[in-house]
Amino acid sequence: MTTGAWRPAVAPAVILRHDPVRGTDLLVMPERIVMLNDEAAAVLRLCDGGRTVTEIVDELRGDFPEAPVAADVPEFLAQVRAEGWVR
Amino acid sequence: MSDPVATGEQAVVADAPAGTDETVAVGGPTATSEQAAAVGASGGTDETVAVGGPAAAGEPAPPWAMLAELTHGCPLHCPYCSNPVGLIPRSRELATADWVRVMREAAALGVVHAHLSGGEPLLRADLTEITAAAARAGIYTQLVTSGVGLDRARLAELVEAGLHSVQLSVQDATAAASDLIAGTRSFAAKEKAAELVRETGLPLGLNVVLHRRNLDSVDGIVELALKWGAERVELANTQFYGWALRNRRALLPTRDQLARAKESVERWRERLEGVELIWVVPDYFDGVPKPCMGGWGAISLTVGPDGSVLPCPAAYDLPLEFPNVRDHSLAWIWERSQAFDAYRGTAWMSEPCMSCSRRDVDFGGCRCQAYALTGDARRTDPACGLAPDHHLITELVESAGEGTLVYRRPERPARSPAPSRVGSATPAAD
Repeated sequence: MTTGAWRPAVAPAVILRHDPVRGTDLLVMPERIVMLNDEAAAVLRLCDGGRTVTEIVDELRGDFPEAPVAADVPEFLAQVRAEGWVR
Repeated sequence: MSDPVATGEQAVVADAPAGTDETVAVGGPTATSEQAAAVGASGGTDETVAVGGPAAAGEPAPPWAMLAELTHGCPLHCPYCSNPVGLIPRSRELATADWVRVMREAAALGVVHAHLSGGEPLLRADLTEITAAAARAGIYTQLVTSGVGLDRARLAELVEAGLHSVQLSVQDATAAASDLIAGTRSFAAKEKAAELVRETGLPLGLNVVLHRRNLDSVDGIVELALKWGAERVELANTQFYGWALRNRRALLPTRDQLARAKESVERWRERLEGVELIWVVPDYFDGVPKPCMGGWGAISLTVGPDGSVLPCPAAYDLPLEFPNVRDHSLAWIWERSQAFDAYRGTAWMSEPCMSCSRRDVDFGGCRCQAYALTGDARRTDPACGLAPDHHLITELVESAGEGTLVYRRPERPARSPAPSRVGSATPAAD
Protein backbone atom coordinates (compact mmCIF):
# COMPACT_ATOMS: atom_id res chain seq x y z
CA MET A 1 0.00 0.00 0.00
CA THR A 2 2.33 2.68 -1.24
CA THR A 3 0.60 6.03 -1.12
CA GLY A 4 1.82 9.22 -2.64
CA ALA A 5 1.85 10.88 0.79
CA TRP A 6 4.21 8.34 2.39
CA ARG A 7 7.63 9.82 3.11
CA PRO A 8 9.94 6.84 2.78
CA ALA A 9 13.23 6.68 4.63
CA VAL A 10 15.93 4.06 4.60
CA ALA A 11 15.50 2.04 7.80
CA PRO A 12 17.74 3.04 10.73
CA ALA A 13 19.54 -0.31 10.68
CA VAL A 14 20.32 0.02 6.98
CA ILE A 15 23.14 2.01 5.40
CA LEU A 16 22.98 3.19 1.80
CA ARG A 17 26.50 3.70 0.51
CA HIS A 18 28.62 3.75 -2.57
CA ASP A 19 31.21 1.02 -2.96
CA PRO A 20 34.20 2.53 -4.73
CA VAL A 21 35.96 -0.84 -5.04
CA ARG A 22 33.11 -2.41 -7.03
CA GLY A 23 31.75 0.81 -8.51
CA THR A 24 28.25 0.10 -7.29
CA ASP A 25 25.79 1.24 -4.65
CA LEU A 26 24.92 -0.94 -1.70
CA LEU A 27 22.45 -1.38 1.09
CA VAL A 28 24.32 -2.68 4.09
CA MET A 29 22.62 -4.15 7.15
CA PRO A 30 23.29 -6.79 9.79
CA GLU A 31 24.41 -10.01 8.09
CA ARG A 32 23.48 -8.83 4.59
CA ILE A 33 24.63 -6.68 1.73
CA VAL A 34 22.35 -5.82 -1.19
CA MET A 35 23.82 -4.64 -4.48
CA LEU A 36 21.72 -1.96 -6.14
CA ASN A 37 21.48 -1.13 -9.78
CA ASP A 38 21.77 2.55 -10.69
CA GLU A 39 18.03 3.13 -10.87
CA ALA A 40 17.30 1.55 -7.50
CA ALA A 41 20.09 3.59 -5.94
CA ALA A 42 18.70 6.79 -7.48
CA VAL A 43 15.32 6.10 -5.89
CA LEU A 44 16.73 5.18 -2.50
CA ARG A 45 18.97 8.22 -2.33
CA LEU A 46 15.81 10.33 -2.36
CA CYS A 47 14.27 8.36 0.51
CA ASP A 48 15.28 10.79 3.24
CA GLY A 49 12.05 10.81 5.20
CA GLY A 50 11.33 14.32 3.93
CA ARG A 51 10.15 13.74 0.38
CA THR A 52 6.82 12.11 -0.34
CA VAL A 53 6.59 9.35 -2.92
CA THR A 54 4.89 11.81 -5.23
CA GLU A 55 7.80 14.22 -4.86
CA ILE A 56 10.31 11.44 -5.46
CA VAL A 57 8.49 10.43 -8.62
CA ASP A 58 8.39 14.04 -9.83
CA GLU A 59 12.07 14.50 -9.20
CA LEU A 60 13.04 11.32 -11.02
CA ARG A 61 10.70 12.11 -13.90
CA GLY A 62 12.76 15.22 -14.49
CA ASP A 63 15.98 13.22 -14.46
CA PHE A 64 14.66 10.32 -16.51
CA PRO A 65 11.91 11.65 -18.80
CA GLU A 66 11.80 8.46 -20.86
CA ALA A 67 11.07 6.05 -18.02
CA PRO A 68 7.70 4.97 -16.56
CA VAL A 69 8.69 6.18 -13.10
CA ALA A 70 5.14 6.94 -11.93
CA ALA A 71 4.31 3.25 -12.01
CA ASP A 72 7.65 1.69 -11.24
CA VAL A 73 8.93 3.75 -8.35
CA PRO A 74 5.97 3.10 -6.02
CA GLU A 75 6.11 -0.58 -6.87
CA PHE A 76 9.84 -0.74 -6.11
CA LEU A 77 9.37 1.16 -2.85
CA ALA A 78 6.61 -1.23 -1.78
CA GLN A 79 8.96 -4.14 -2.40
CA VAL A 80 11.83 -2.72 -0.39
CA ARG A 81 9.45 -1.73 2.39
CA ALA A 82 8.24 -5.32 2.55
CA GLU A 83 11.88 -6.33 3.04
CA GLY A 84 12.11 -3.88 5.93
CA TRP A 85 14.84 -1.83 4.25
CA VAL A 86 12.71 1.29 3.90
CA ARG A 87 10.09 2.66 6.23
CA MET B 1 16.38 6.00 -16.58
CA SER B 2 15.73 2.42 -17.35
CA ASP B 3 12.98 0.68 -15.49
CA PRO B 4 13.81 0.72 -11.77
CA VAL B 5 12.06 -2.56 -11.25
CA ALA B 6 13.61 -4.23 -14.24
CA THR B 7 14.99 -7.62 -13.44
CA GLY B 8 17.39 -7.86 -16.33
CA GLU B 9 20.82 -7.82 -14.77
CA GLN B 10 20.10 -9.23 -11.36
CA ALA B 11 18.23 -12.16 -9.91
CA VAL B 12 21.10 -14.08 -8.47
CA VAL B 13 18.96 -14.49 -5.42
CA ALA B 14 15.43 -15.62 -5.84
CA ASP B 15 13.75 -13.33 -3.37
CA ALA B 16 15.76 -10.16 -3.88
CA PRO B 17 13.46 -7.36 -4.90
CA ALA B 18 13.74 -6.20 -8.44
CA GLY B 19 16.25 -3.44 -8.78
CA THR B 20 18.58 -5.03 -6.30
CA ASP B 21 21.24 -6.96 -8.07
CA GLU B 22 21.95 -9.61 -5.54
CA THR B 23 22.17 -10.08 -1.85
CA VAL B 24 25.16 -11.46 -0.10
CA ALA B 25 24.81 -13.23 3.20
CA VAL B 26 27.91 -12.13 5.00
CA GLY B 27 29.66 -13.25 8.08
CA GLY B 28 27.40 -16.19 8.07
CA PRO B 29 24.48 -16.89 10.23
CA THR B 30 26.21 -18.32 13.24
CA ALA B 31 28.56 -15.58 14.19
CA THR B 32 28.62 -15.73 17.92
CA SER B 33 31.70 -15.30 19.96
CA GLU B 34 31.40 -18.85 21.20
CA GLN B 35 30.62 -20.38 17.84
CA ALA B 36 32.90 -18.36 15.69
CA ALA B 37 34.02 -21.26 13.58
CA ALA B 38 30.60 -21.58 12.11
CA VAL B 39 30.69 -18.11 10.69
CA GLY B 40 30.10 -18.44 7.03
CA ALA B 41 31.49 -21.91 7.30
CA SER B 42 27.96 -22.86 7.91
CA GLY B 43 26.65 -20.53 5.27
CA GLY B 44 23.73 -22.84 5.49
CA THR B 45 20.75 -20.80 6.32
CA ASP B 46 17.76 -22.04 4.48
CA GLU B 47 16.74 -18.64 3.25
CA THR B 48 19.54 -16.51 1.98
CA VAL B 49 21.89 -17.53 -0.75
CA ALA B 50 25.51 -16.61 -0.47
CA VAL B 51 26.67 -15.26 -3.76
CA GLY B 52 30.19 -15.79 -4.86
CA GLY B 53 30.79 -18.85 -6.85
CA PRO B 54 34.11 -20.03 -8.10
CA ALA B 55 36.68 -17.40 -8.65
CA ALA B 56 36.99 -16.34 -12.24
CA ALA B 57 40.32 -16.67 -13.94
CA GLY B 58 42.75 -13.95 -12.96
CA GLU B 59 42.25 -11.82 -9.88
CA PRO B 60 39.80 -13.18 -7.36
CA ALA B 61 36.76 -10.98 -6.73
CA PRO B 62 37.24 -8.86 -3.61
CA PRO B 63 35.97 -10.07 -0.23
CA TRP B 64 32.75 -8.67 1.18
CA ALA B 65 33.17 -9.50 4.83
CA MET B 66 35.76 -9.89 7.52
CA LEU B 67 35.52 -11.73 10.79
CA ALA B 68 37.84 -9.94 13.20
CA GLU B 69 38.61 -12.34 16.04
CA LEU B 70 39.98 -9.73 18.38
CA THR B 71 40.78 -12.16 21.18
CA HIS B 72 40.28 -15.79 22.07
CA GLY B 73 39.70 -14.81 25.67
CA CYS B 74 36.13 -15.40 26.81
CA PRO B 75 34.31 -15.37 30.15
CA LEU B 76 32.05 -18.22 29.04
CA HIS B 77 32.89 -21.92 28.96
CA CYS B 78 30.45 -23.22 26.36
CA PRO B 79 30.98 -26.89 25.50
CA TYR B 80 29.98 -26.15 21.88
CA CYS B 81 32.77 -23.60 21.38
CA SER B 82 34.13 -23.98 17.89
CA ASN B 83 37.29 -22.01 18.42
CA PRO B 84 40.39 -24.20 18.23
CA VAL B 85 41.36 -26.36 21.19
CA GLY B 86 44.66 -24.50 21.39
CA LEU B 87 43.72 -20.86 21.93
CA ILE B 88 45.94 -17.94 21.08
CA PRO B 89 47.19 -16.41 24.33
CA ARG B 90 46.59 -12.74 25.01
CA SER B 91 50.33 -12.08 24.85
CA ARG B 92 50.36 -12.89 21.12
CA GLU B 93 47.41 -10.70 20.19
CA LEU B 94 47.73 -7.94 17.63
CA ALA B 95 48.31 -4.42 18.92
CA THR B 96 45.82 -1.60 18.45
CA ALA B 97 47.83 -0.11 15.59
CA ASP B 98 47.80 -3.46 13.77
CA TRP B 99 44.02 -3.65 13.91
CA VAL B 100 43.67 -0.04 12.81
CA ARG B 101 45.80 -0.84 9.76
CA VAL B 102 43.88 -4.08 9.11
CA MET B 103 40.60 -2.15 9.03
CA ARG B 104 42.03 0.37 6.57
CA GLU B 105 43.45 -2.35 4.33
CA ALA B 106 40.25 -4.37 4.52
CA ALA B 107 38.12 -1.44 3.36
CA ALA B 108 40.51 -0.69 0.50
CA LEU B 109 40.34 -4.33 -0.54
CA GLY B 110 36.55 -4.26 -0.69
CA VAL B 111 35.40 -5.43 2.75
CA VAL B 112 32.04 -3.84 3.54
CA HIS B 113 31.10 -5.72 6.68
CA ALA B 114 33.13 -6.62 9.75
CA HIS B 115 32.15 -8.78 12.68
CA LEU B 116 34.05 -7.70 15.78
CA SER B 117 34.17 -11.01 17.52
CA GLY B 118 36.31 -13.41 19.52
CA GLY B 119 36.21 -14.91 22.11
CA GLU B 120 34.70 -11.92 23.83
CA PRO B 121 35.73 -8.72 22.03
CA LEU B 122 34.82 -6.61 25.08
CA LEU B 123 37.94 -8.04 26.72
CA ARG B 124 39.97 -5.82 24.37
CA ALA B 125 40.47 -2.51 26.15
CA ASP B 126 40.98 -0.89 22.73
CA LEU B 127 37.72 -2.13 21.21
CA THR B 128 36.48 1.44 20.83
CA GLU B 129 39.57 2.46 18.85
CA ILE B 130 39.28 -0.60 16.62
CA THR B 131 35.59 0.08 16.03
CA ALA B 132 36.32 3.70 15.21
CA ALA B 133 39.01 2.66 12.73
CA ALA B 134 36.56 0.37 10.95
CA ALA B 135 33.82 2.98 10.90
CA ARG B 136 36.24 5.63 9.61
CA ALA B 137 37.17 3.29 6.77
CA GLY B 138 33.48 2.95 5.90
CA ILE B 139 33.05 -0.59 7.17
CA TYR B 140 29.74 -1.66 8.71
CA THR B 141 30.54 -3.06 12.13
CA GLN B 142 28.69 -5.64 14.18
CA LEU B 143 29.74 -6.43 17.72
CA VAL B 144 29.41 -10.15 18.40
CA THR B 145 29.31 -10.53 22.15
CA SER B 146 28.29 -12.67 25.09
CA GLY B 147 27.05 -9.45 26.70
CA VAL B 148 29.30 -9.97 29.69
CA GLY B 149 31.09 -6.70 30.35
CA LEU B 150 28.78 -4.48 28.33
CA ASP B 151 27.70 -1.59 30.52
CA ARG B 152 26.04 1.67 29.55
CA ALA B 153 29.27 3.69 29.40
CA ARG B 154 31.09 1.12 27.27
CA LEU B 155 28.21 0.83 24.84
CA ALA B 156 27.88 4.62 24.56
CA GLU B 157 31.56 4.79 23.69
CA LEU B 158 31.16 2.14 20.99
CA VAL B 159 28.12 3.84 19.51
CA GLU B 160 30.01 7.12 19.47
CA ALA B 161 32.85 5.33 17.67
CA GLY B 162 30.42 4.28 14.95
CA LEU B 163 29.25 0.80 15.90
CA HIS B 164 26.32 -0.25 13.70
CA SER B 165 24.77 -3.34 15.27
CA VAL B 166 25.05 -5.89 18.04
CA GLN B 167 24.66 -9.63 18.05
CA LEU B 168 24.20 -11.13 21.47
CA SER B 169 24.56 -14.78 22.34
CA VAL B 170 22.30 -16.59 24.73
CA GLN B 171 22.51 -20.27 25.54
CA ASP B 172 18.92 -21.21 26.36
CA ALA B 173 15.53 -19.74 27.18
CA THR B 174 15.87 -19.48 30.96
CA ALA B 175 18.55 -18.15 33.26
CA ALA B 176 19.23 -21.54 34.84
CA ALA B 177 19.46 -23.41 31.56
CA SER B 178 21.48 -20.71 29.82
CA ASP B 179 23.96 -20.45 32.67
CA LEU B 180 24.31 -24.22 32.77
CA ILE B 181 25.48 -24.32 29.14
CA ALA B 182 27.60 -21.18 29.44
CA GLY B 183 29.30 -22.72 32.45
CA THR B 184 29.04 -19.47 34.33
CA ARG B 185 26.40 -17.05 35.57
CA SER B 186 25.91 -14.79 32.58
CA PHE B 187 22.19 -14.67 31.75
CA ALA B 188 21.50 -11.60 33.86
CA ALA B 189 24.32 -9.71 32.14
CA LYS B 190 22.90 -10.71 28.75
CA GLU B 191 19.44 -9.51 29.68
CA LYS B 192 20.90 -6.18 30.79
CA ALA B 193 23.01 -5.93 27.64
CA ALA B 194 19.95 -6.47 25.45
CA GLU B 195 18.14 -3.69 27.27
CA LEU B 196 21.06 -1.30 26.84
CA VAL B 197 21.34 -2.04 23.13
CA ARG B 198 17.64 -1.41 22.64
CA GLU B 199 18.02 1.93 24.41
CA THR B 200 20.61 3.00 21.84
CA GLY B 201 18.35 2.05 18.94
CA LEU B 202 21.01 -0.16 17.35
CA PRO B 203 19.67 -3.29 15.69
CA LEU B 204 19.91 -6.26 18.03
CA GLY B 205 20.29 -9.84 16.93
CA LEU B 206 20.18 -12.84 19.21
CA ASN B 207 22.24 -15.92 18.49
CA VAL B 208 21.53 -19.27 20.05
CA VAL B 209 23.64 -22.30 19.29
CA LEU B 210 21.34 -25.31 19.25
CA HIS B 211 22.06 -28.86 20.35
CA ARG B 212 20.60 -31.83 22.19
CA ARG B 213 20.26 -29.91 25.47
CA ASN B 214 18.28 -26.93 24.20
CA LEU B 215 16.57 -27.89 20.93
CA ASP B 216 13.36 -28.65 22.82
CA SER B 217 13.30 -25.02 24.06
CA VAL B 218 13.03 -23.31 20.70
CA ASP B 219 9.62 -21.82 21.52
CA GLY B 220 10.91 -20.37 24.76
CA ILE B 221 14.01 -19.04 23.01
CA VAL B 222 11.93 -17.19 20.42
CA GLU B 223 9.70 -15.78 23.19
CA LEU B 224 12.82 -14.58 24.99
CA ALA B 225 14.12 -12.91 21.83
CA LEU B 226 10.81 -11.07 21.40
CA LYS B 227 10.84 -10.00 25.04
CA TRP B 228 14.38 -8.68 24.67
CA GLY B 229 13.53 -6.77 21.49
CA ALA B 230 15.70 -8.64 19.01
CA GLU B 231 15.10 -8.03 15.32
CA ARG B 232 16.87 -11.18 14.19
CA VAL B 233 17.18 -14.53 15.85
CA GLU B 234 19.75 -16.96 14.62
CA LEU B 235 18.98 -20.49 15.65
CA ALA B 236 22.27 -22.06 14.76
CA ASN B 237 22.60 -25.79 15.04
CA THR B 238 26.02 -26.65 16.41
CA GLN B 239 28.84 -26.89 13.92
CA PHE B 240 31.42 -29.37 15.06
CA TYR B 241 34.85 -27.78 15.03
CA GLY B 242 37.51 -27.08 17.59
CA TRP B 243 36.40 -27.65 21.16
CA ALA B 244 32.90 -28.70 20.08
CA LEU B 245 34.31 -31.90 18.57
CA ARG B 246 35.04 -33.12 22.09
CA ASN B 247 31.38 -32.86 22.94
CA ARG B 248 29.91 -34.09 19.69
CA ARG B 249 28.34 -37.21 21.08
CA ALA B 250 26.54 -35.34 23.84
CA LEU B 251 25.57 -32.36 21.67
CA LEU B 252 24.23 -34.15 18.59
CA PRO B 253 20.43 -34.10 18.74
CA THR B 254 17.96 -36.76 17.74
CA ARG B 255 16.16 -36.53 14.40
CA ASP B 256 12.87 -36.15 16.28
CA GLN B 257 14.18 -33.19 18.23
CA LEU B 258 15.30 -31.51 15.03
CA ALA B 259 12.02 -32.14 13.26
CA ARG B 260 10.03 -30.70 16.18
CA ALA B 261 12.26 -27.63 16.43
CA LYS B 262 12.01 -27.02 12.70
CA GLU B 263 8.22 -27.19 12.94
CA SER B 264 8.27 -24.67 15.79
CA VAL B 265 10.36 -22.32 13.68
CA GLU B 266 7.90 -22.62 10.79
CA ARG B 267 4.98 -21.84 13.10
CA TRP B 268 6.76 -18.77 14.47
CA ARG B 269 7.58 -17.53 11.00
CA GLU B 270 3.92 -17.56 10.08
CA ARG B 271 3.09 -15.43 13.10
CA LEU B 272 6.03 -13.03 13.33
CA GLU B 273 6.29 -9.75 11.55
CA GLY B 274 9.36 -7.58 11.62
CA VAL B 275 11.46 -10.27 13.30
CA GLU B 276 13.67 -12.46 11.18
CA LEU B 277 14.17 -16.07 12.22
CA ILE B 278 17.23 -17.76 10.79
CA TRP B 279 17.55 -21.51 11.02
CA VAL B 280 21.08 -22.70 10.43
CA VAL B 281 20.79 -26.25 9.22
CA PRO B 282 22.58 -29.07 10.99
CA ASP B 283 24.63 -30.59 8.22
CA TYR B 284 25.03 -34.01 9.84
CA PHE B 285 21.42 -34.93 9.22
CA ASP B 286 20.23 -34.16 5.73
CA GLY B 287 22.99 -35.58 3.58
CA VAL B 288 23.50 -32.14 2.08
CA PRO B 289 26.78 -30.35 2.80
CA LYS B 290 26.85 -26.66 3.64
CA PRO B 291 28.30 -24.34 1.01
CA CYS B 292 31.59 -23.75 2.76
CA MET B 293 32.07 -20.00 3.24
CA GLY B 294 30.16 -19.42 0.02
CA GLY B 295 33.31 -20.70 -1.61
CA TRP B 296 36.86 -20.78 -0.26
CA GLY B 297 38.41 -17.33 -0.55
CA ALA B 298 35.29 -16.06 -2.33
CA ILE B 299 33.32 -13.88 0.09
CA SER B 300 35.03 -13.47 3.41
CA LEU B 301 38.18 -13.75 5.43
CA THR B 302 38.97 -14.24 9.09
CA VAL B 303 41.72 -12.41 10.93
CA GLY B 304 42.69 -14.26 14.10
CA PRO B 305 43.80 -12.68 17.38
CA ASP B 306 47.48 -13.05 16.45
CA GLY B 307 47.04 -11.68 12.92
CA SER B 308 46.78 -15.01 11.12
CA VAL B 309 44.44 -14.70 8.17
CA LEU B 310 42.23 -17.65 7.30
CA PRO B 311 39.65 -18.24 4.59
CA CYS B 312 37.45 -19.83 7.24
CA PRO B 313 37.44 -19.49 11.04
CA ALA B 314 37.49 -23.26 11.43
CA ALA B 315 40.63 -23.62 9.33
CA TYR B 316 43.21 -23.33 12.11
CA ASP B 317 43.83 -27.07 12.09
CA LEU B 318 44.21 -27.49 8.32
CA PRO B 319 47.69 -28.38 7.05
CA LEU B 320 48.15 -24.99 5.40
CA GLU B 321 50.49 -22.17 6.22
CA PHE B 322 48.30 -19.20 7.05
CA PRO B 323 49.72 -15.79 6.24
CA ASN B 324 49.84 -13.07 8.88
CA VAL B 325 48.98 -9.39 8.67
CA ARG B 326 52.25 -8.68 10.46
CA ASP B 327 54.09 -9.94 7.35
CA HIS B 328 51.82 -9.18 4.41
CA SER B 329 49.10 -6.80 3.29
CA LEU B 330 45.55 -8.12 3.31
CA ALA B 331 45.46 -7.61 -0.47
CA TRP B 332 48.49 -9.86 -0.97
CA ILE B 333 47.00 -12.43 1.35
CA TRP B 334 43.65 -12.45 -0.45
CA GLU B 335 45.02 -12.37 -3.97
CA ARG B 336 48.39 -14.11 -3.80
CA SER B 337 48.74 -16.38 -0.81
CA GLN B 338 48.79 -20.12 -1.26
CA ALA B 339 46.39 -20.66 1.65
CA PHE B 340 43.64 -18.59 0.00
CA ASP B 341 44.21 -20.23 -3.35
CA ALA B 342 44.28 -23.80 -2.04
CA TYR B 343 40.59 -24.61 -2.47
CA ARG B 344 39.41 -21.66 -4.52
CA GLY B 345 37.13 -22.47 -7.43
CA THR B 346 36.70 -26.09 -8.40
CA ALA B 347 40.03 -27.17 -9.94
CA TRP B 348 41.22 -28.73 -6.65
CA MET B 349 38.25 -31.09 -6.48
CA SER B 350 38.30 -34.81 -6.90
CA GLU B 351 35.39 -37.14 -7.57
CA PRO B 352 32.53 -37.28 -6.83
CA CYS B 353 32.63 -33.46 -6.56
CA MET B 354 34.43 -32.82 -9.83
CA SER B 355 31.61 -34.09 -12.03
CA CYS B 356 28.79 -33.15 -9.65
CA SER B 357 26.08 -30.75 -10.79
CA ARG B 358 26.13 -29.15 -7.34
CA ARG B 359 29.84 -28.41 -7.29
CA ASP B 360 29.22 -24.66 -7.82
CA VAL B 361 26.41 -24.71 -5.26
CA ASP B 362 28.05 -26.23 -2.21
CA PHE B 363 31.70 -26.26 -3.27
CA GLY B 364 32.14 -29.83 -2.07
CA GLY B 365 31.08 -28.84 1.42
CA CYS B 366 33.41 -27.88 4.22
CA ARG B 367 37.19 -28.40 3.80
CA CYS B 368 37.72 -28.30 7.54
CA GLN B 369 35.14 -30.98 8.14
CA ALA B 370 36.58 -33.15 5.35
CA TYR B 371 39.99 -32.85 6.98
CA ALA B 372 38.76 -33.43 10.52
CA LEU B 373 36.86 -36.58 9.58
CA THR B 374 39.01 -38.10 6.81
CA GLY B 375 42.44 -36.56 7.22
CA ASP B 376 42.28 -35.20 3.66
CA ALA B 377 40.93 -31.68 3.12
CA ARG B 378 40.39 -32.34 -0.61
CA ARG B 379 37.91 -35.13 -0.10
CA THR B 380 34.19 -34.57 -0.42
CA ASP B 381 32.72 -33.37 2.87
CA PRO B 382 31.41 -36.54 4.55
CA ALA B 383 28.21 -34.60 5.33
CA CYS B 384 27.31 -35.07 1.66
CA GLY B 385 25.15 -38.09 0.97
CA LEU B 386 27.19 -38.72 -2.18
CA ALA B 387 30.51 -38.77 -0.33
CA PRO B 388 32.37 -42.08 -0.11
CA ASP B 389 32.91 -41.22 3.57
CA HIS B 390 29.27 -40.39 4.36
CA HIS B 391 29.05 -43.44 6.62
CA LEU B 392 31.32 -41.60 9.07
CA ILE B 393 28.58 -39.03 9.58
CA THR B 394 25.71 -41.48 9.81
CA GLU B 395 27.65 -43.53 12.37
CA LEU B 396 28.23 -40.42 14.46
CA VAL B 397 24.56 -39.50 14.35
CA GLU B 398 23.54 -43.00 15.35
CA SER B 399 26.01 -43.18 18.23
CA ALA B 400 24.94 -39.85 19.71
CA GLY B 401 23.40 -39.91 23.13
CA GLU B 402 23.29 -38.51 26.57
CA GLY B 403 26.73 -37.86 27.89
CA THR B 404 28.88 -35.60 29.95
CA LEU B 405 29.73 -32.18 28.58
CA VAL B 406 33.29 -30.99 28.76
CA TYR B 407 33.31 -27.27 29.46
CA ARG B 408 35.64 -25.01 27.56
CA ARG B 409 38.48 -24.28 29.93
CA PRO B 410 39.50 -20.75 30.76
CA GLU B 411 42.25 -19.51 28.57
CA ARG B 412 45.77 -20.19 29.76
CA PRO B 413 49.08 -19.44 28.12
CA ALA B 414 50.01 -22.26 25.78
CA ARG B 415 53.25 -22.98 27.63
CA SER B 416 51.48 -24.07 30.81
CA PRO B 417 48.66 -26.40 29.90
CA ALA B 418 45.62 -25.72 32.02
CA PRO B 419 44.32 -28.42 34.29
CA SER B 420 41.10 -29.70 32.86
CA ARG B 421 37.81 -29.21 34.59
CA VAL B 422 36.27 -32.07 32.74
CA GLY B 423 33.42 -34.35 33.43
CA SER B 424 31.41 -31.84 35.36
CA ALA B 425 27.86 -31.20 34.34
CA THR B 426 27.51 -28.20 36.58
CA PRO B 427 28.78 -24.74 35.80
CA ALA B 428 32.31 -24.05 36.79
CA ALA B 429 32.45 -21.89 39.87
CA ASP B 430 33.79 -18.53 38.88
